[in-house]
Amino acid sequence: MTTTVAHVHAEADAPYALSHLDALESEAVHIFREVAGEFEKPVILFSGGKDSIVMLHLALKAFAPAPVPFTLLHVDTGHNFPEVLEYRDRAVAEHGLRLHVASVQDYIDAGKLRERPDGTRNPLQTVPLTEAIQQLRFDAVFGGGRRDEEKARAKERVFSLRDEFSQWDPRRQRPELWNLYNGRHAAGEHVRVFPLSNWTELDVWQYIAREGIELPEIYFAHEREVFQRHGMWLTAGEWGGPKEGEETQTRLIRYRTVGDMSCTGAVDSDATTLDAVIAEIAASRLTERGATRADDKMSEAAMEDRKREGYF
Amino acid sequence: MTATTEPLADLSATTLLRFATAGSVDDGKSTLVGRLLHDSKSILTDQLEAVEAVSAQRGQDTPDLALLTDGLRAEREQGITIDVAYRYFATARRRFILADTPGHVQYTRNMVTGASTADLAVVLVDARNGVIEQTRRHAAVAALLRVPHVVLAVNKMDLVGYEEKVFAAIAEEFTAYASDLGVPEITAIPISALAGDNVVEPSANMDWYGGPTVLEHLETVPVSHDLTACPARFPVQYVIRPQSAEHPDYRGYAGQIASGVLRVGEAVTVLPSGRTSTIAGIDALGESVDIAWAPQSVTLRLTDDIDISRGDLIAPSASAPATTQDVEATVCHVADQPLSVGARVLLKHTTRTVKAIVKEIPSRLTLDDLSQHPAPGQLVTNDIGRVVVRTAEPLALDAYADSRRTGSFLLIDPADGTTLAAGMAGAAFASRPETVQAPHDDEGWDF
Repeated sequence: MTTTVAHVHAEADAPYALSHLDALESEAVHIFREVAGEFEKPVILFSGGKDSIVMLHLALKAFAPAPVPFTLLHVDTGHNFPEVLEYRDRAVAEHGLRLHVASVQDYIDAGKLRERPDGTRNPLQTVPLTEAIQQLRFDAVFGGGRRDEEKARAKERVFSLRDEFSQWDPRRQRPELWNLYNGRHAAGEHVRVFPLSNWTELDVWQYIAREGIELPEIYFAHEREVFQRHGMWLTAGEWGGPKEGEETQTRLIRYRTVGDMSCTGAVDSDATTLDAVIAEIAASRLTERGATRADDKMSEAAMEDRKREGYF
Repeated sequence: MTATTEPLADLSATTLLRFATAGSVDDGKSTLVGRLLHDSKSILTDQLEAVEAVSAQRGQDTPDLALLTDGLRAEREQGITIDVAYRYFATARRRFILADTPGHVQYTRNMVTGASTADLAVVLVDARNGVIEQTRRHAAVAALLRVPHVVLAVNKMDLVGYEEKVFAAIAEEFTAYASDLGVPEITAIPISALAGDNVVEPSANMDWYGGPTVLEHLETVPVSHDLTACPARFPVQYVIRPQSAEHPDYRGYAGQIASGVLRVGEAVTVLPSGRTSTIAGIDALGESVDIAWAPQSVTLRLTDDIDISRGDLIAPSASAPATTQDVEATVCHVADQPLSVGARVLLKHTTRTVKAIVKEIPSRLTLDDLSQHPAPGQLVTNDIGRVVVRTAEPLALDAYADSRRTGSFLLIDPADGTTLAAGMAGAAFASRPETVQAPHDDEGWDF
């Protein structure tokens, strides 16, 4: 790691300016510490994707040399990339953390959720997530959501109050003033907290590069058996793809986001290093979600509707 | 994929500028925001395609760029913006966070929200209408919130023949008004957001104008100087005590430096207790440093093992603030339920939340003419007023004029946790003497 002084912006008339990454890091750390100071039982949603990995890295820095005072929660769709699950378990073990897993498959097996005809399990995550929050009595739930991802998320507060059904009501959000976050909530309610609200996809990648954070391999270009559906490259798997008429082929691809295999698409890429990925993101004319998420394309307000129901 | 638009080598050296936009309904704010995002190549193909598809579905000939910023169902249904949205874009020189605040008069609280974190505010006027009441309200909110830089964007210059004298008259009137309010720096720029004049590219239609374009100004205006020039303030967020074999005696006070600069070896005072010590070490997120400054998040270690907890404030002994239980402030009321004299509330100041009671509401401010209406009894949504609040415990509160971080606070309803008001301690405006007018039964002046 370089020293903090090296991050000072070299403007003669502004000796105390922070680089944009230092400013974003400082803000996110402040948010983690506010939650640690004001809540009884916070949890970090951890999927093994890059945003949650950056969240964990920030939490580790925020409380060092003490351990992270939060547990982790993974909503497991059952359609995960094996490399990502392996990364998740390794991170948990390495940092001595506690991981709760809420399993969509368990809900399906118990008859409490029904598989969708399209095989997509992303929307099915809401019920296991909200029930885990209620049963384990979490009062603050960190999510890696960023406002640049999607237009409904652009309106989300850093501290987002949810009722006992985990619902989001965009018209009843608290104004968020200065850096004075109001986390007060009634019993049964909880607050969703988004420390990466002001980060963009490029910021996340630049920070990963600066901090030397390890990522699951699927974020870097590799050869993989994929097939095309709705203009996206999907990985074949037990979730029901490819269907008849969908042909698999071997392509050089990488993932920009990590989620349920049934709806997370890969992009053609030869970027095998962080620098190459950053160059690719900086030049891309597609947003992260536009390029890789089938579920956001279901309707114009798909994300807003899912968030209202308790999705993160 | 197309070629990158910015040199990669510069990406990590950029600074961050937070700014807010304010404008009346038809001043072309959405168009300006759309133009900034579009011309800085921050609108990506799939976003533009989505806007084009929805616009076409509605039978519109051209893509409605307002759809980029109006993200909620209710906003699209009603064609209005109901809430602050945050937008992100970048150039080779700087990263920008834009708080896109609605222009409707009933959403003054949203401009307050956007302005509270802004280093700069862009106030838009229509060149045909000049400075109107709404412009004065926006300037007053920017002055009240002490936004360090204000840009007056005189829009729709194409509709006044790109005439220099139209621009000059508006710029002069606005600058006089805003300076009188204490706005420290005002930059006026003639633009046409629709035609793209002076937004990102210099205009060929206004060769009489020698100043920067909007984007050039955003890229070069200095940031954060106001925070580090103030005396140091360090609200304690959290006490870090690992109590591990490796760190048996580590005791660090975690927080974000609210203002100023802190150095190892500096004598400090802890408030409200008044105990003193010396900074033994500064841990800047995992590395030891000799100096740190606002708004860095750090952990302080002191030479003495004294009782310090969340909510305390550490400040250099040479410039420690006084503590008080009687807070005089200007508040912007942001909740639906009113705030009345006698109300029992919670006051959140930095990391400290204390019980408080509203002792007096001496006046309510009319932003239109900045007159003070005495003793309104209560404040309702979007009202701005003076209050006197008595707190249950002493607070180390600065004047908001001296520090936007340690001079600001929230009033919170203890019953349901609602954020009631945004508070700014001390005098409302920098230079203007307060004029008190007799109340008149005018129902139409709420803002």
